[in-house]
Amino acid sequence: MSGIILPGADGLLFQRDRDWHPPADTPGYKSSTFRAPKHSLLSLGPTKSEMTGPTFGHEKLGALDNDLIRNFSQDGTDAIGQRMIVYGQVLDENARPVPNTLVEYWQANAGGRYRHKKEGYLAALDPNFGGFGRSITDANGFYHFRTIKPGAYPWPNTGNDWRPAHIHFSVFGHAFAQRLITQMYFEGDPMIWQCPIVSTIPDKSAIDQLIARLDRLNTTPMDALCYRFDIVLRGRRSTMFENKLEGN
Amino acid sequence: MLHPVPTLKETPSQTAGPYVHIGMTPNFCGITGVVDADLGKTMINGEVEGERINVAVNVFDGAGVPLFDGVVEIWQADASGNFTGPTAPNSNSAPAFTGWGRQPLTEAGAATFETVKPGRVPGPDGKLMAPHIALWIVARGINIGLQTRLYFEDEAEANASDFVLNKIMDKRRRETLIARKDGSTYTLDIHLQGEKETVFFDM
Repeated sequence: MSGIILPGADGLLFQRDRDWHPPADTPGYKSSTFRAPKHSLLSLGPTKSEMTGPTFGHEKLGALDNDLIRNFSQDGTDAIGQRMIVYGQVLDENARPVPNTLVEYWQANAGGRYRHKKEGYLAALDPNFGGFGRSITDANGFYHFRTIKPGAYPWPNTGNDWRPAHIHFSVFGHAFAQRLITQMYFEGDPMIWQCPIVSTIPDKSAIDQLIARLDRLNTTPMDALCYRFDIVLRGRRSTMFENKLEGN
Repeated sequence: MLHPVPTLKETPSQTAGPYVHIGMTPNFCGITGVVDADLGKTMINGEVEGERINVAVNVFDGAGVPLFDGVVEIWQADASGNFTGPTAPNSNSAPAFTGWGRQPLTEAGAATFETVKPGRVPGPDGKLMAPHIALWIVARGINIGLQTRLYFEDEAEANASDFVLNKIMDKRRRETLIARKDGSTYTLDIHLQGEKETVFFDM
């Protein structure tokens, strides 16, 4: 057969590299102990139910949805903290941009305190900071939002553990099997390397993928720092196209 | 390029953490005024074909404690077995049936979705799969989102020939995916661990 294989639009997704992701049971992160399935996952290729997924139009978004400095402001003043822009490109494993996909994010305030009734940390709440927002990627897969740098905070895991400053991300992609939740960290933060949750990821180069880079050139003069965080979702496997190069 | 491999690695997963409700169901946890309604709360926005049902899930950890701080998302076909297609990027109307739902787990570890019973969708072998709903569960202590499925008790014949159910070698464990029927409500108990551990997939 004189065919050529290219990354195809019709192929199934690459199998997840489970060694790259954290395993379910990670004793250093105690919350996983009773929440990790003990049986092996049943590995099947995705079916049509997993190769399709929800999409969201821009009509869902309000003007301040991607502005955490203003979207919860009670009195018109800005949230307190180090101002910054976070942006990045959502790609798939074939390095293709993922356009028109929903990216959601949430975080603690500048003092390391979440706006949540179960949060007990003594750092003060900021009345003008809610801590969440969302974007839809543009035609080239880019998202951006404005926020303040979240603080590090302590948690009781082994008595005196600390979370490095981080932002939680939820990303959809175009197939339900691409659904991903992760956390973004900040370049140069020594707390990253002593965090039990970061350490659930076995491979240091995988952790490195979660560290946003300071983008000095894109800082806003007299206003905001800028960090870049690209996100990679599962990509599609190749399909066979006989003597056909177009269509990919 | 006979054997193309991915050029980038997938971004590794991290737990959704204890405050996932802030980011995914903000109104539920009291952060109001930013968005009108929590995304995925409503799956039906108008006239839809098919049987209206409630899908109730109860999620428990390995100690039998309700998973009170998680989020469950579902994705399913409509009553005819079709998935809602992509909306235009600048669309101003939500589809009558979205096929996608998201609910926070309550203190009791419970979530209910108002939806329609899905139609049958062809499987990889070309035969129709039994009606089913794909589920995705995230929470503190879950390092990577858990994928599973919900099937329907009153579809025994279709379930018996379902492509996915038949891949579960231990037949007793197939039962962990089958929701029991009570009137128009189908209920599935999901156990993350233990004797009744639910079958989770790598799909």
